[in-house]
Amino acid sequence: MGVNGGDPLLVVDDLHKAFAVRRSLLDRARLRPTRRAIAVDGVSLSVGRRETLGVVGESGSGKTTLARCLLRLVEPDAGSIRFDGTDVSTADRQGLQAIRRRIQMVFQDPYSSLNPRVKVGAAIAEPARVHGIVPDDAVDEHVLQLLELVGLSRSAAEQYPRQLSGGQRQRVAIARALSLNPEFLIADEPVSALDVSIQAQILNLLEDLVGSLNLTMIFIAHQLSVVRHISDRVAIMYLGRVVEIGRTEEIFECPQHPYTAGLLAAAPVPDPKKRSRAPAMQGDIPSPLNIPSGCRFRTRCPYAEPRCEVDDPSLQPVGRGHHAACHVLPFRSAD
Amino acid sequence: MSPGAIRSAQYEEGVRVPASAEPLLSVDDLTTVFPTARGLAIASNSVSFHLEARETLGLVGESGSGKSVTCRSILGLVPEPGRIIGGSVRLQGVELLTLPERKLRTLRGTQISMIFQDPMSSLNPVYSVGEQITEPLRIHRGMTRREAKEEAVRLLQRVEIPAARERLDSYPHELSGGMRQRVMIAIAISCRPKLLLADEPTTALDVTIQDQILSLLLELQAEEGMAILLVSHDLGVIAQACDRVAVMYAGYVVEEASTEALFEQPAHPYTAALLQALPELAARRKDRRLVPIQGQPPELVRLPQGCPFAPRCELAQPACADVPMSLIEVTPGHLTACPFQERRRDGC
Repeated sequence: MGVNGGDPLLVVDDLHKAFAVRRSLLDRARLRPTRRAIAVDGVSLSVGRRETLGVVGESGSGKTTLARCLLRLVEPDAGSIRFDGTDVSTADRQGLQAIRRRIQMVFQDPYSSLNPRVKVGAAIAEPARVHGIVPDDAVDEHVLQLLELVGLSRSAAEQYPRQLSGGQRQRVAIARALSLNPEFLIADEPVSALDVSIQAQILNLLEDLVGSLNLTMIFIAHQLSVVRHISDRVAIMYLGRVVEIGRTEEIFECPQHPYTAGLLAAAPVPDPKKRSRAPAMQGDIPSPLNIPSGCRFRTRCPYAEPRCEVDDPSLQPVGRGHHAACHVLPFRSAD
Repeated sequence: MSPGAIRSAQYEEGVRVPASAEPLLSVDDLTTVFPTARGLAIASNSVSFHLEARETLGLVGESGSGKSVTCRSILGLVPEPGRIIGGSVRLQGVELLTLPERKLRTLRGTQISMIFQDPMSSLNPVYSVGEQITEPLRIHRGMTRREAKEEAVRLLQRVEIPAARERLDSYPHELSGGMRQRVMIAIAISCRPKLLLADEPTTALDVTIQDQILSLLLELQAEEGMAILLVSHDLGVIAQACDRVAVMYAGYVVEEASTEALFEQPAHPYTAALLQALPELAARRKDRRLVPIQGQPPELVRLPQGCPFAPRCELAQPACADVPMSLIEVTPGHLTACPFQERRRDGC
């Protein structure tokens, strides 16, 4: 499925994850059943070697839970994850540690993912030490190389995270993720907390690193323009499902799911000549505690038909390597 | 304070603003500082702009640029230990910075309203939506309990909250982020303000909800005839919503122009660089490469001499250290703090 052909590096099949919602004392006294928030509800996708897959969705879409399931930072309820032929979902502790060395994560907020009391150099060195991938006497050199790789000066090694700016901290987080020479990077909203001018620095850095280190990447974000810029393919998530997936240009130029189309229309364009005054999409995002029957998007969909209320659409091919889960729109535009 | 006291005519009289040819809001040389352990941080640095009735002015900038502090200074709501040390803020000729707190408070309920980024922290979690909407109606518009309740239903319907009457009994935590912001807007417009200060009103919301809230705000503005000062870091939001824009950097307004002129012909190198850094614009370039602004914004306690953007500016020259940071008119209504801009345009 990947753009580069060949075996995909990561294959996710029918992944599920729900979280039990804590009941209040009153609910327990009334013997109300535990409610479950469905975060990931049957996600299947694959990522080809050296490909960047963008994952887009609003809050409650399950994009972050999906990422955490891939590393089993949260345990999936059902479904399988295969990384380079190895089953991640059933891996034992040792197997999992080996996989986690090859898949690394970068998070949104580098301030909370870095220990404030650990100097930058030590933070970057730590994973390499724990996994024993460089000899002890070579660790310092390893750290300096990584600092250079992410565009930080050597002196940064002696600084604490609070002495750095947001952009510099994100560079440290990236250096730390690269410390184990991973093949696969999961970046969860890596530039969302950054200002535009700094965001561009970090996006360029990630793009360069993916190219020079032959990395495969899942890039999660809510900002469409950023995802479009960096991704080869894009998956659009809504309430725990991938509702559309395909090559970036196709998704953006010719969306086949009404949610994708609405999302694109809702994004504010930085061009005053392209103004839209009417909202692109009506209604609120339904709660993951109460996902609508049939097609989960039907409550906000301008194309909804009676059967959308009962028939839950699955991803169907709508073009080359392009899939959408909708009963109506793909068949309309084919007319 | 008892509602009866506030309802007395005297209060309302005291802040009635005279009609005049002046702009609705004039901000002149507004300077707000924050004392820190390492020195005085100048958050708003001699900021000047004006806002006409029914107009939307965008205040755009990155974190720490002073846009939010400027917005709050207008209402005298600068968080401690910040202080407004100079300048003037006039609403239809009435100076707000020297107005006694009592009168300012009445003004906040009748002439100026404000909405914030996070409606959860500006709504009171222990009062129902109904109680929070009816309170200002009874205080500032002198309505009875019953009248206020009916008006509250009308307002909630106006901001497109479904099942408005039932929602009166809801508490903020029972509502989604978008619904909470709608409630905030209902409260903000309940006293028919002439000016709405909106500080990142859609930043915490999802894209599709942001789009709904922006549309609603602009619709209400047209209907109610109010002016909006829209503070945002998002150039997309600014482009979609504003008539004019003031760009802030390191506490200064560095450029002011009509929205179209700003996006088409930015007259300050910072604005131009900011637009270049947008992924939307990179898509139009052949190599699709993003053009970041190198370096970091300066620390507000240690501003460089002259233009604060010079250390990051690709067009910087020695004379930038002597730039007074006052605005120069490039074309009518288009102001920039960069004196070298005009010459560059002529091709020198």
